[in-house]
Amino acid sequence: MADIINFTIDGKECMAEKGIFILQAAKENDIYIPSLCNYEGVKPQGSCRICSIKTNGQFVTACTTPVADGMEIENNTDEINDMRKSIIELLFVEGNHFCPACEMSGDCELQALAYRFQMMVPRFIYQFPLREIDARHPKILKDQNRCIRCKRCIRTIKDEKGRSVFAFYGRGKNIEVNVDPVLGSKLTDKLAAKAIEVCPVGSILPREKGFRTPIGQRKFDHEPIGSEYKH
Amino acid sequence: MSKPVIATATLAGCFGCHMSLLDIDEKILDLIELVEFNKSPIDDIKNFTKKCDIGLIEGGCCNSENVHVLKDFRNNCKILISFGECAIMGGLPAFRNPIPIKECLEEAYLNGPSVKGHNESGILPNDDEIPMMLDKVYPCHEIVKIDYFLPGCPPSAELIWNALTALISGKEMNLPYEVIKFD
Amino acid sequence: MENDTVYSAISKYNQDKTRLMDILIEIQDNENYISDDAVRIISEKLELSIVDVEQTISFYHFLSKKSLGKYTIYLNNSVISNMNGRQIVAETFENEVGCKFGKVTEDGTIGLFDTACIGMSDQEPAALINGNVFIHLTPFRVKEIVRDIRAGKDVKNMHTSYLGGGQNKSEYLKSVVRNNIMRMGPVLSDDYNPGTIIKKKLVQLAPEQVIEEIKTSNIRGRGGAGFPTGFKWEFCRKAKGDKKYILCNADEGEPGTFKDRVILTERPKLLFEGMVIAGYSIGATEGILYLRYEYKYLKNYLENILEETRGKNLLGKDIGGIKGFNFDIRIQLGAGAYVCGEESALIESVEGKRGEPRDRPPFPVEKGYNDCPTVVNNVETLCSVVKIMLNGGEWYSSLGTHESTGTKVLSISGDCRYPGIYEVEWGLTISDILDMVGATGVQAIQVGGPSGSLIGPEEFERKLCYSDLVTGGSFIIFNYNRDLLKNVVLNFTDFFIEESCGSCVPCRAMTPLLKQKLEKILSGNGVANDLEDILKWGKLMKTNRCGLGHTAANPILTSLKNFRYLYEEKLERGKEYETGFNLEQAVSESCEATTRVPNF
Repeated sequence: MADIINFTIDGKECMAEKGIFILQAAKENDIYIPSLCNYEGVKPQGSCRICSIKTNGQFVTACTTPVADGMEIENNTDEINDMRKSIIELLFVEGNHFCPACEMSGDCELQALAYRFQMMVPRFIYQFPLREIDARHPKILKDQNRCIRCKRCIRTIKDEKGRSVFAFYGRGKNIEVNVDPVLGSKLTDKLAAKAIEVCPVGSILPREKGFRTPIGQRKFDHEPIGSEYKH
Repeated sequence: MSKPVIATATLAGCFGCHMSLLDIDEKILDLIELVEFNKSPIDDIKNFTKKCDIGLIEGGCCNSENVHVLKDFRNNCKILISFGECAIMGGLPAFRNPIPIKECLEEAYLNGPSVKGHNESGILPNDDEIPMMLDKVYPCHEIVKIDYFLPGCPPSAELIWNALTALISGKEMNLPYEVIKFD
Repeated sequence: MENDTVYSAISKYNQDKTRLMDILIEIQDNENYISDDAVRIISEKLELSIVDVEQTISFYHFLSKKSLGKYTIYLNNSVISNMNGRQIVAETFENEVGCKFGKVTEDGTIGLFDTACIGMSDQEPAALINGNVFIHLTPFRVKEIVRDIRAGKDVKNMHTSYLGGGQNKSEYLKSVVRNNIMRMGPVLSDDYNPGTIIKKKLVQLAPEQVIEEIKTSNIRGRGGAGFPTGFKWEFCRKAKGDKKYILCNADEGEPGTFKDRVILTERPKLLFEGMVIAGYSIGATEGILYLRYEYKYLKNYLENILEETRGKNLLGKDIGGIKGFNFDIRIQLGAGAYVCGEESALIESVEGKRGEPRDRPPFPVEKGYNDCPTVVNNVETLCSVVKIMLNGGEWYSSLGTHESTGTKVLSISGDCRYPGIYEVEWGLTISDILDMVGATGVQAIQVGGPSGSLIGPEEFERKLCYSDLVTGGSFIIFNYNRDLLKNVVLNFTDFFIEESCGSCVPCRAMTPLLKQKLEKILSGNGVANDLEDILKWGKLMKTNRCGLGHTAANPILTSLKNFRYLYEEKLERGKEYETGFNLEQAVSESCEATTRVPNF
């Protein structure tokens, strides 16, 4: 039997299997830690930093840090929630997120987090960068304006030889996620669907389809993201 | 006691937010009872005739005229509210923001499919009567101080109603989850 | 022609994916760009996708898909370079060459580009031309260089001054770079015969005993992070793995640092012996020296020394007669990325990938290069190790202070009489150092480079040590004639914006926003709230993954802490709120486009 260890989140006593990541351990104790770049079943990357929690006075990402015996975790505090809200706001101003005109509005995880954290307006200046839409591929559209560079597609979508269909291009504030010109055009229906599914925002979209779910029936129309957890 | 005075304006917007303001059904009668309107497209008062308590701004600023109106509102309203996505983040008019204004003007008046070949003189509108275009569409709070923000495209009638009544009564605003949306 | 280069580079590195960096560098150096065709061929031969190859190319400053010119000129744009007259040098380059920085001449002959600190802060302004270093540039010299280029002269034969001192003038180096060793201590001193430790000590000691000796010395990593070296080795020795690696970090990228360049030039045998000792201790059979691209001019020279060392049986099989102790070293070139100085990013880079730092745990000592246990040590650390083995851990721990033992090699530059490198014991005060280098009228010092702190005179009695002011060696001095915010802080902030890998949101998105705040204040539109915003927003940087991310806002944050009056002087008095919006400016573009005179 696996080792079971004890730890606390915001003072609440928790138990989990030794070595699993904090994010998972929290879920198993019915505690919600907001996350964005993390995707179940895919190796975590720790790039959005929204799931950062505090332990020993240090910020660490819950999606990549294994839980340890006796760990005392701060999660739902004013400081951490404001940090998370700041990161969400950063994502809104660094790209071009026009929710009213986005096919994913209502189903978008970034927008849902903004709702959950009651973002009325970002505290930062909008950057309005020049970004492109890559419409060369028969099955998908890649809209760079809405990309939050979470690497979910990069980590998930590989061809049969293990080659990347999506990859980063450039670095720093100009970093983009590019679609391979050859593999992108040969994408199977299954992989294309998967790519659309893993994208948390409206950056990877199916062609010739959109706005199919009426307002009121979308994922986050009535309940905040993370509502499935008690705490 | 005199009624609180409200002023409203549409800058670079589509009037949708004003429509939403009017979309409060029979409560509009209550609103008339509660407040007095000053400068606003609703009553067609063109200039401020007195200092106002609350200013509601729809739309961002895309030209010099918008900036003058916005500054006029800031000077004449105790509380200024950005309502709707355009006022808050530029909205759809801000689609042009990443592109230099010169290119936008040339596309609109020289090269666009509907104008190509029809503007032989190649002149871009430049009459002194026309407001000057800004380099991009600015969210209102990037020009003057804005006190409150009501998101939505448009903000739901419920959100506007809740916000206005809370402000007038001095009570805390009631913001259920379903009321705040960006679309 | 071009495809031949591509095919030969690929076969030279056995179609090995993990050698992608080498393949790309080889093509870049021969063709001055990496074409679409080259990318396609590489992707086919290495079984990678095109975007896989391009993600690596686009990460590194010195790799390009566009032609950079037959002669590619990279002029350093660091703070020190600017202080030493970079502007007139840059203008002269533009005038003589006939194109702007960031561009290539129409005939494709010359490309002019900016580059961050190239490790020549004691001899700026300096430039790299096709990998060769040119120092002490002046308008006169620039004209001469451009004339030589136009005449088709070989870059190697363009020098007009005598060659630099020490090994710089050796046959394999022939470089004009100066060493400027101003003060030698036990690590830099040349009273050592290469191979002594291997032949006299390692033969008698078990690896664990060597590690014990290092632990006794209490030496900590000299790259800046300061992790105790003995413990690092011990963790790696104990980690499970058939193959282990020792990586030497010679990616000296912190602006203002240049000590490793001097060590690599003057004491390479000491360094290689240090790597052998480390390899012996942790049980590694392979060592890799990660050399920053800016120091590519040292590569042949170092490879020649490696060959010589092999000839003496100090590398290779049964080293020094120790049966079964096999260890060799290869050199891996970087391609221009500051973040690769971070150990896990360095490992990614050695594997041929983008230099993105990894999540920890696992730590490199458990899972590093090729997922094997790996120790990454700084050049200076590995050199110190040899002297520790020579004179004993006890001796070493008697130097410096109780908790910061030994010596530190400092790279000192800026406003002082004798810039250069100084080996000093830990524990010196800042005032001592200023006296040592002949610096007076000092307004501020950047200790530890841009990622460290900007400190003022009230802190000059602080000590250099791990419990007070810690440094990887960069020490830049500014006198009262320098505009700290405009010419120092802004430059350093740009550096971090340029060098962020882009993975973490706060690092890539917040740093540019903080820079905008600083610019707003510099333009006279700042209000008190802006300073509070900077402090509040800056805290977010602590959520980033790596050291670069943690410190990217330090130029702004530490200057605001220690030089708040410089910020306050520039604020709009009595104003509570100011967006900084300027109508005249905002309409100027459209008025110009429509040929209209703005009226307000």
